[in-house]
Amino acid sequence: MTGSTLGVNGLSKSFDGVRAIADFSCELRDGEILGLIGPNGAGKTTLFNVVTGFIAPEHGQISLKDNEITGLAPYRLANLGIARTFQDLRLIRQLSVLENVLLSFRSQPGERLGNLFFRSERSRQHEALNRQTAIELLEDTGLGDKAGESADDLSYGQQKLLSLVCCLAAEAQVLLLDEPVAGIAPEMIDKILGIIRDLPVKGKSVILIEHNLDAVMQVCDRVIFMDAGAKVSEGTPEEVRNDPKVIEAYID
Amino acid sequence: MEYLLHILILIGIYVILSVSLNLITGYTGLLSIAHAAFYGVGAYVAALMALNLHSTFLVNIICAVIVSGLLGALVGIPSLRIRDDYFVIATFAFQVITFSILNNWVSFTGGPMGLPGIPQPTIFGLQVSSHLGFLILIALFCALTLWVTRRIVRSPFGRVLKAIREDEVFAQAAGKNVAAYKIIVFVVGAGMAAMAGVMYAYYISFIDPTSFTVMESIFIISIVIIGGAGSLWGPVVGAVVLVLLPELLRFLGLPSSVAANLRQIIYGGLLVVFMMWRPRGFLGEYAFQSKEARE
Repeated sequence: MTGSTLGVNGLSKSFDGVRAIADFSCELRDGEILGLIGPNGAGKTTLFNVVTGFIAPEHGQISLKDNEITGLAPYRLANLGIARTFQDLRLIRQLSVLENVLLSFRSQPGERLGNLFFRSERSRQHEALNRQTAIELLEDTGLGDKAGESADDLSYGQQKLLSLVCCLAAEAQVLLLDEPVAGIAPEMIDKILGIIRDLPVKGKSVILIEHNLDAVMQVCDRVIFMDAGAKVSEGTPEEVRNDPKVIEAYID
Repeated sequence: MEYLLHILILIGIYVILSVSLNLITGYTGLLSIAHAAFYGVGAYVAALMALNLHSTFLVNIICAVIVSGLLGALVGIPSLRIRDDYFVIATFAFQVITFSILNNWVSFTGGPMGLPGIPQPTIFGLQVSSHLGFLILIALFCALTLWVTRRIVRSPFGRVLKAIREDEVFAQAAGKNVAAYKIIVFVVGAGMAAMAGVMYAYYISFIDPTSFTVMESIFIISIVIIGGAGSLWGPVVGAVVLVLLPELLRFLGLPSSVAANLRQIIYGGLLVVFMMWRPRGFLGEYAFQSKEARE
């Protein structure tokens, strides 16, 4: 029996009376890839926003490794080991590919003003190490030759790949990936899915929102089908795919 | 010759002001309308200390920077935690309040009559009295401002500032305490503006509230935008151009009443022209506009 990394218990959130998340509970186990599927407006992205602290829940608790983390600020949650990507693909487009990765490392001495002037040597060494790690990450994922280019000059697929690399640089235990392979070319889908599949080996757990069901079936250990903010079905990819309630929802 | 030195000294003061505002506005994307207020706070703290306590230049400049920085924290901490538009309003309010206090608290600040007779500064036993002396002093502080700014913007800290300017949500998701960064940058910028105020007070030896109005804040913003927001040397170019431009009008032989109004027209016109055709300014890498407009 493996332990739980992230626990969500009885979460609710409404927007102007519309229930976006309705008494939702789930558990992410250590080293697991959990798929989150469901129609548009089912509350999947809202769930990510609540878990990462961008939206406060009305009811319910979230815990990370048995520590209650409900209501913490996004930057605190990020520093506790939750990394995420965004459906609308956020990157700092004015900065280079390498700088985007460098930005994603946590607790950098050079990000403290005092260190720049009083401990500049330590900041510089740390930055040099991060730079090396960042370049290795980019080379491993095939973005090595793009390191110096502006993030805006990458293709859409490469940008999605880069936002995943940024999560890797964060060294988070939990990765929340919002549609990592939507709208990109098949080769890039395979590459990104390959990286995701290797994450549990590195001790990371993943929740994956994706409309591309083939992708979900390929990489996920477990799948939750969500509709109208609630959990409709949960199980192995096969079970969920064959669940009559799920089939019904997709035909509607 | 003295005239030329005077112009260079003015350019130096505006370099300090605009480079520091650029840190706030150009690199971090926060529009502050209070820069002239911090400039004024620096000038008044130094002048009042020099006149009443007869303390030395270095003590005065350190106190001026600290007082201004604390006031920056006072304005920044409540407003920067909420939203950027509140921050713009808060800085505007601080600018108006500061001017009102300088103008109305007659027993303390001299009110509209200002503070005359600020003594010449003495640094390590050396009295600065000539124009050349002041130019060297101001050049040193310009160099200090540029060095500190360069250190900041080329560091991981500066990378976070640019990330905040471009996409706050991404910066937060990357674990950066966005509000803390904004407050720190605003306090640092306010402290630097106070240095320029101290220089000005000692150089002119007389200060009054009209040097620290909203118009002055807008002038400093214009320097940053026209020079180039988000580039280290942009505001330096902007300061040279905008300080020299009205001086050139003198040589056209216009009567001073016309020249003064023409100045305002030229500044306004330049700002409009740059916003429309070259929003990045001469050297900038960042077109200052609201986040909503870019998305």
